[in-house]
Amino acid sequence: MADALTAPVAATPARADGALRETAALVAVWGTAALIAGVFLWILGELVWNGVGALSWEYLTSAPREAGRAGGIAPILVSTLAILGVCLAATVPIAFGSAVFLAEYTSDAGRFGRVVRTSLDVLAGVPSIVFGLFGNAFFCRTLGLGFSILSGGLTLACMALPLVIRSTEEGLRAVPREYRMGAAALALSRTTTLFRLLLPAAVPGLTAGLVLGIGRALAETAALIFTSGYVDRMPSSLLDSGRALSIHVYDLSMNVAGGDRNAYASALVLVGLLLLVNGVAGALSALWRRRLAAP
Amino acid sequence: MKRVFLAIGMLALGACRSKDPASGSSGPEAERKLVLTGSSTIAPLASEIAKRFEAKHPGVRVDIQTGGSARGISDALAGLADIGMASRELNPDEAANGLTAIPIAKDGIGLIVHRDNALLGLTRQQLVSVYTGQVTNWRQVGGKDARLTVVNKAEGRATLELFLHFTGLKSTDIQASVVIGDNAQGIKTVAGNPDAIGYVSIGTAEHDASLGTPIRLISVDGVAASLATVGDGTFPMSRALNLVVKGQPNGLARDFIEYSRSAEVHDLVKAEFFVPLGPTGT
Amino acid sequence: MPHPGRDRALLWTLRLFAVSSVAIVLLVVAFVSGESAPALAEVGPVRFFSDPSWHPASGFFNMVPMLAGTVLVSAGALLLAAPLGVLSAIFLQFYAPPALRSYWRNLIGLLAGIPSVVYGFWGLVSLVPLINRLHPPGQSLLAGILVLALMVLPTIALLSDAALESVPAHYLRSAAALGLSRWGTVSGVVLPAARGGILTGVALAAARAVGETMAVLMVCGNVVRMPEGLFDPVRTLTANIALEMAYAGSAHRSALFVSGLALLAIVALGAGFSEAARRKVVANG
Repeated sequence: MADALTAPVAATPARADGALRETAALVAVWGTAALIAGVFLWILGELVWNGVGALSWEYLTSAPREAGRAGGIAPILVSTLAILGVCLAATVPIAFGSAVFLAEYTSDAGRFGRVVRTSLDVLAGVPSIVFGLFGNAFFCRTLGLGFSILSGGLTLACMALPLVIRSTEEGLRAVPREYRMGAAALALSRTTTLFRLLLPAAVPGLTAGLVLGIGRALAETAALIFTSGYVDRMPSSLLDSGRALSIHVYDLSMNVAGGDRNAYASALVLVGLLLLVNGVAGALSALWRRRLAAP
Repeated sequence: MKRVFLAIGMLALGACRSKDPASGSSGPEAERKLVLTGSSTIAPLASEIAKRFEAKHPGVRVDIQTGGSARGISDALAGLADIGMASRELNPDEAANGLTAIPIAKDGIGLIVHRDNALLGLTRQQLVSVYTGQVTNWRQVGGKDARLTVVNKAEGRATLELFLHFTGLKSTDIQASVVIGDNAQGIKTVAGNPDAIGYVSIGTAEHDASLGTPIRLISVDGVAASLATVGDGTFPMSRALNLVVKGQPNGLARDFIEYSRSAEVHDLVKAEFFVPLGPTGT
Repeated sequence: MPHPGRDRALLWTLRLFAVSSVAIVLLVVAFVSGESAPALAEVGPVRFFSDPSWHPASGFFNMVPMLAGTVLVSAGALLLAAPLGVLSAIFLQFYAPPALRSYWRNLIGLLAGIPSVVYGFWGLVSLVPLINRLHPPGQSLLAGILVLALMVLPTIALLSDAALESVPAHYLRSAAALGLSRWGTVSGVVLPAARGGILTGVALAAARAVGETMAVLMVCGNVVRMPEGLFDPVRTLTANIALEMAYAGSAHRSALFVSGLALLAIVALGAGFSEAARRKVVANG
């Protein structure tokens, strides 16, 4: 959309102070970008520099030995993906439904919408360790799921929900009112309007929320140590305890003497995994957006 | 989309069903699973012992979960875990509740400074002055002219308890510049600050120093801090790593505890930089 | 075709979903309140503000310095991250060469997913020694603000980006037709249209900042004392829970849940405030 804009802008003559402001903005925006990229490269560079030496196909496909100082991370990778899968399976439908409800069926002043929205903001600020203790009490004990991948994934879903709901809602709210009026004038049902018109428009918001939610879920440590647990055996079902990659990184860097090198390598794998998952999410959302928007 | 969720749901349900018999509390299956929870210091060691134990006893599963010594003790008491792990002694209340602590290894707490700090050692009295803020410059205890950074452990940590016991201080007396949680955080803090002093697990510090981390263990009351002095009992600050059970252990739990104390796992204890128990089991 | 039955079923399904998120909050609040009840009953709420220090094992429970620590670290991080995040989104939408855009979005997404322990590790090993050279001990309010700003930046950047992207294309065409410059369009048309989304991003980032644990714990120094400057160590409420929970006996544990409750109160206050601000901003639009 910016392309439509840049071409005519370049040709527009501007007054002197306008030009000055324009230059200042240009410098500020590019400066910020350079700063962010610089710090990011610093952190990533440190990860790669210290971790790439320990990475190999064998590292990805063998079981850990000596508390993770030797061997690989295969069971941990499998557990991580399973936890993420549970988390997404719970988050996406609930987040989607809630966001549509908030954006389409509640007014800004309505009490119910306000209660839900404030609840979500509170949920977003609950510290992860409190989520961990809560998940342990509720999912592991009250619901009897024990230390398991299921408990861990569901706890993460509680954490990711606010991010995904709020960003999807914002995406929906940005759809101009005229669209809805047009749909109503055509006597389309709300269901049709929703699936044909609004959802495609909300895809950027949903994707942004999902990317954040997935990132948060994959990076989570404190919430998982009390729910999905510490066991580094290959899980055989969702009710088995399984160690997540982030916990492995934490344990190696903070708790296991001499684990630093493999901590960097595991962190690097985590970042790579995230890149992959985000790439897939982005591609799927682009595909979905095109298909839904097609007449 | 819907089909994916359905598939995941069915997978989860299938998983529930296939696991149901094992998660019940009766039947032979239940006896073949042990759950240990507690101290994160002991967890990596217990995890390695468990793997070897599983290999020797086909059909047995030993799950290790962390969460801290307090959790290990309360889980053992409440029956939520078969065995608790605690990196400290039981206090009288806990012992009165019928808990028994059985040591499986020893660990020493040593003082560390930056490698560039020439200080060789401190006496107990100097240590007290440093940690209570009476001494604020290294020169006052025979070092260079630089302001001290005192690194202390967070309230309740087993290493803090041990330190307080040795120095005779109360935790309210201590004036710290930095408060840390885990050992590794202490080591990285001191490695990044030439004027810092802290106390951490000796084995971990020895190992990190040998890998080139710029830290150095200093002597306490003239006794060098090393795994050797912890082993022969001359080093003043050492603690037992304990497995905690309610009443007397029996069945699989007893087998596991005995195995953890046996010479068969001494190589694993050493690999985690702890001191194995002597032949008399102390 | 209109399908009133299907519409009603849809509405109820959606309502159910929305209610479930409220239910989770209620469960969490009930859990934390239940766990902190013994301490509140035994120690009383007042002593959490009036005791001489925080030494729960010795019976002192003052958490005011930690409340201040949490507020200062989070506010500092937001002040730094909000402008940077919005500028990053503007860069992505209006300044970056098209070839760079998908890379940039991926980069921000990656920043969001670096585990907090890695940020903490980096902060402790790279950032803290640098600050130590300026002013010992290095572990400080400043270190916490810098690391936390980095951690919440992606939330603001990605949600602002989504908000900017959702600005209807005809607004931009109109702006172009009026001959507005690039920055004129951004500041005069796009930002006002997208402010609801941007504010949501900042609110979520604020919540994240208040709730962040592991990284803050590693770089802040964790001394329970009122900081007098940027170089003084602070302890946040979350770090307090994480540092002490693992070794806490029952009374101490309950006192730690009171810090959790205080944290929820801060977040609820902030959320109420930001919701009010958002509605005002949107209503004025």
